[in-house]
Amino acid sequence: MTVASSSPPSRLRARDVGARTKPKVRARERDGGGHGDGLLAAVFIAPAMLGFLVFLAWPTLRGIWLSFTRFNLLTPAEWVGLDNYIRMVNDPIFWGSLGVTVEYVVINIGVQTVAALAIAVLLQRLTQSSLLRGIVLTPYLMSNVVAGLVWLWILDTQLGIGNEIISAIGVDRIPFLADETWAIPTIALINVWRHVGYTALLLFAGLQAIPNDMYEAAKVDGASEWRMFWRITMPLLRPVLAVVLIMTVIGSFQVFDTVAVTTAGGPANATNVLQYYIYGSAFGRFQFGYASAMSVALLVVLSAITVLQYRLTRAGQTDLG
Amino acid sequence: MRLRTLTALAGALALSLATGCAKGDSTGASANTVTYWLWDANQLPAYQACAKGFEKENPGLKVQITQLGWSDYWTKLTAGFIAGTQPDVFTDHIQKFGQFADLKVLEPLDDLDIKDSDYQPGLAANWIGQDGHRYGTPKDWDTVALFYNEKMAKDAGLTAEQLNDLSWNPKDGGTFEKAIAHLTVDRNGKRGDEPGFDKNNVKVYGLASNGGGFGDGQTQWSPFTGSAGWSYTDKARWGTKYQYGSKTFKSVIKWYFGLAKKGYLAPLSDYNIQSNQANTQVAAGKAAAAFDGAWMISSYNGFKGMDIKTALTPVGPTGKRATMMNGLADSITKGARNKEGARKWVAYLASDKCQTVVGKAGVVFPATPAGTEAAIAAYEKKGIDVSAFTEPVADKKHFRTFSYPITNYAADVTALMMPAMEDIYGNGKPVSSLDQTNDQINLILSQ
Repeated sequence: MTVASSSPPSRLRARDVGARTKPKVRARERDGGGHGDGLLAAVFIAPAMLGFLVFLAWPTLRGIWLSFTRFNLLTPAEWVGLDNYIRMVNDPIFWGSLGVTVEYVVINIGVQTVAALAIAVLLQRLTQSSLLRGIVLTPYLMSNVVAGLVWLWILDTQLGIGNEIISAIGVDRIPFLADETWAIPTIALINVWRHVGYTALLLFAGLQAIPNDMYEAAKVDGASEWRMFWRITMPLLRPVLAVVLIMTVIGSFQVFDTVAVTTAGGPANATNVLQYYIYGSAFGRFQFGYASAMSVALLVVLSAITVLQYRLTRAGQTDLG
Repeated sequence: MRLRTLTALAGALALSLATGCAKGDSTGASANTVTYWLWDANQLPAYQACAKGFEKENPGLKVQITQLGWSDYWTKLTAGFIAGTQPDVFTDHIQKFGQFADLKVLEPLDDLDIKDSDYQPGLAANWIGQDGHRYGTPKDWDTVALFYNEKMAKDAGLTAEQLNDLSWNPKDGGTFEKAIAHLTVDRNGKRGDEPGFDKNNVKVYGLASNGGGFGDGQTQWSPFTGSAGWSYTDKARWGTKYQYGSKTFKSVIKWYFGLAKKGYLAPLSDYNIQSNQANTQVAAGKAAAAFDGAWMISSYNGFKGMDIKTALTPVGPTGKRATMMNGLADSITKGARNKEGARKWVAYLASDKCQTVVGKAGVVFPATPAGTEAAIAAYEKKGIDVSAFTEPVADKKHFRTFSYPITNYAADVTALMMPAMEDIYGNGKPVSSLDQTNDQINLILSQ
């Protein structure tokens, strides 16, 4: 760090670097494993590398190739060029799916991030109780499918206990998962309920890294909690928040299981999110080529959003120190 | 030293995993075993009994039955076709038949010499592919009737005779709509046909919702489209054009989903394929009646503290009553490990011997007339009158029975029709929108 920022003449820098690395080499020689390092590294990396190649790199490449074919899994793939992509651009259901997915992500991430941040700050500023931290995490311990089914039963228009309570207080029953306008926000909030604790805990870990003396100094200066949040917490939490956002946005775009168990894409495609449409095209209609093309489109969208988020939030830099 | 031990351990682990994979056989089948899949848990004991009889007749052969829930069943079967772990024999559904024929995963069964006359009419012919080969042997059949809550009907002053003698038309709904309206009760106790009825606050719907009905409307609108004389496609089997754009179809759909607007039919928002199907609505006392299939007889009769009876589907504009008559079959997979044994097992499943055993269990109507008789007797023993389901098959003069649509691209038709029907039912979209959907479907079929 210091070498780079003070930018000394190159000769000096070279010597400097040499001087710093030499003792380390010696230290390794003392252990007597000088030649084994590469092999040891390879052994340690191999499982992850194998996993990466088999489960990520190869399927991605094959998926991209399949997106240029007509393929039903049981007969050989047939090259069709850009046909699948042309169909995708002209497919109103695809655009509809993309639309409801974006609506889902906006509601899900918007509410979840604000709520998680609030919980994290409260956990940091008000309590040291690890019991509370545990309770916050509880919904996350439940599987997505179970959470979806439990909420489906609670919110059922005719039979759900949620709607029983609503109608008992004199309000009309709400078809939470069965109405076009309600369905996506409901699914988004079910997943907020499940994930908010986990997200809060990630942010809480980020908050722990902020030196306490900053808050003490601010307090001495007479700053309010509100002011400290905006002037200390937010700027210093930004890199962690950015990474959490990138991760949750990617996860949010891939929503599938909650939709599959609560609405199955209905009513009238109102919750036919992109992953569900891709799944249906592939495993329901055996159109693996078209499903692959849509998956590639999702990959492009997610990559673009990630790069944009990374840039906008300067996730790689910290304001600390 | 430590490194070497580590490497050796890792190597040994990798090796054991690799050989484990190579030797693994998820089906656990041997040369003397026939693997068989079905989805209905209620039918499992009956088929286990069948298998026992089969094993006695064929010493050395064993039948290994696996039961999976409906949706897991098809997912696992598909995965099985891809991975080569499919069963030798499986219970097949017409809805999937077209797709499996497209994918060429079924074994022709022509040499089993299945005769149409050995089974209830129409059942055997449905399982012949476009190539003229047979791919399934008739197993059972079902029709649709009106299940109703006897007490609610009594309270409404409707007798069993009246409910069995309803008629309808797409203009004013006829006596059927009147009955459904009268069975509907709002929050203030007003019936659907009384002045001051509040359609926005209904306590009990006359008719339960079974959703939009996809492209078949089996337990939704098909008793009406059928008795209006409409057919799904231009030909009875393997048609090349669907007729969802026809004037008759659109007028029936407009009237049928219009019942929801009037407050007599439960709205789409009350329906959920997971949590709240028509039978649940009836069981919960939220609906007085529901169209449902013969496979649900045991479910409806199992509702505690509730007497559920059945009535015939209403007479339509053609002067006939109508119901879909759907039949399942047994099919052998092309990749079956034990094809010889599979053929013997399928032939046995299609025989009177097995179907009478299944019939005696009283859970389903087997495809052979003797099997059907056994089932009717078994239901009678349980005190259940099933004539609303059997009459349509026996009385061709007053009833029209029709089959599930059999065409190519069945999954695409469903994928397009599901949102189209839900849009009309749930969102009040005009039925004219069906023209476009029908064009899209026929375009796919013309490929």
